[in-house]
Amino acid sequence: MYDPRISIIEKRLKKIGKVIAISSGKGGVGKSLFASVLALALTKKGFRTGLFDIDFTSPTTHVVLGAANLSPRESKGLIPPKIHGLKYMSLVFYIGNRAIPLRGADLSNVLVETLATTLWGNLDFLVIDMPPGMSDLLLDVIKYVSKTQFLIVTTPSKMAFETVRRLLNLLRDLRVPILGVIENMKMDDSNYIEREVKSLGEKFLGEIHFDSGLEKALGDIKSLLKTSFMNEIEESILAKNPEITS
Amino acid sequence: MHEWSLAEAIISAVFSIAEKENLREVKEVHLRLGELQQIEVDILKFALLEMKTGKLSNAKFIIRTVRAKFKCRACNHAWTFREMRIPGDIRESIHFIPEVAHAYIKCPECGSPDFDVIHGRGLWITSVKGVK
Ligand SMILES: Nc1ncnc2c1ncn2[C@@H]1O[C@H](COP(=O)(O)OP(=O)(O)OP(=O)(O)O)[C@@H](O)[C@H]1O
Ligand SMILES: [Mg+2]
Ligand SMILES: [Zn+2]
Repeated sequence: MYDPRISIIEKRLKKIGKVIAISSGKGGVGKSLFASVLALALTKKGFRTGLFDIDFTSPTTHVVLGAANLSPRESKGLIPPKIHGLKYMSLVFYIGNRAIPLRGADLSNVLVETLATTLWGNLDFLVIDMPPGMSDLLLDVIKYVSKTQFLIVTTPSKMAFETVRRLLNLLRDLRVPILGVIENMKMDDSNYIEREVKSLGEKFLGEIHFDSGLEKALGDIKSLLKTSFMNEIEESILAKNPEITS
Repeated sequence: MHEWSLAEAIISAVFSIAEKENLREVKEVHLRLGELQQIEVDILKFALLEMKTGKLSNAKFIIRTVRAKFKCRACNHAWTFREMRIPGDIRESIHFIPEVAHAYIKCPECGSPDFDVIHGRGLWITSVKGVK
């Protein structure tokens, strides 16, 4: 017995330059927000960009983008809709606001199915919004999307970093490329995270401060582009780490 | 059409199986289609015939459909996809991603959404026959 979907995945991703998975050991650290706004920032820079929300049971990037009412077009596969020039794919197109309780094997199946049938076409970047933690989907992304590079998000909290350390250890054991670590929701000038990241021999990509104006901008891309969150992604992360976009 | 992207996947998989098994020519490809994915067999067959080339040019595709059956994890009740009345737009979503069934289907006995698809989910290649 052979699953035919597996053999087509590589071809589906062939015309994508870089795949960046936004991941963390911890929930609620800002992965989905970062993934969405990073994808917008890359689009704004003129890169052909896709955003793939694979937090299948709890998708949220559509809230950031205001994109719940879109849907893919079918033409010998699923063609992701575009929002502000960004190609976007999420399970929300098929489930609306219903709960979708999925066990590990089901999650793997959704990932394989969507990788096998989504026609991303030519992209410079595909940004993947990961669910929190180290479960089936993390291992499956590593298994099926071999060119993925990981960008890890943490908050300043020791508790968040405790989980990030484990994730970094796992990714290193699996010899997966790690772009580095971002410290999000920064509120003071502690350098705890930066020191810890460096002592593990990984790259500290920079910090993004807590942005109290963010909530109001959710769902409206024009407002999002004006937030300090966006500005910090452009100025403190992308400008200072040219290897991300090179 | 979803059938076309799956057909493309089948062709590419059969090529790599033929490669691995050193087949010069592929004669028969046996496929098992889960009912839950609601693949149009005629379209799938047409797409396969359109796409087959090289050592697959003379291959026959033999397709067997398997009924979709569910089993509740809460009360063990088992039931079939066929006996459910499901509106067209939801069927279409399930067609694209069969797991989406978990957002719409509940155990008809106890109402739990915690069920397994015990068979008939999607597409499998069961065997590839040819000459070495
Ligand atoms: N720098 C920031 N300033 C203000 N609010 C932020 C910032 N970063 C994230 N948030 C807010 O924190 C909350 C959690 O963010 P988000 O949902 O992106 O986290 P997540 O890591 O994707 O969570 P999950 O693990 O549940 O997927 C959201 O309400 C988001 O708007
Ligand atoms: Mg998230
Ligand atoms: Zn039941």
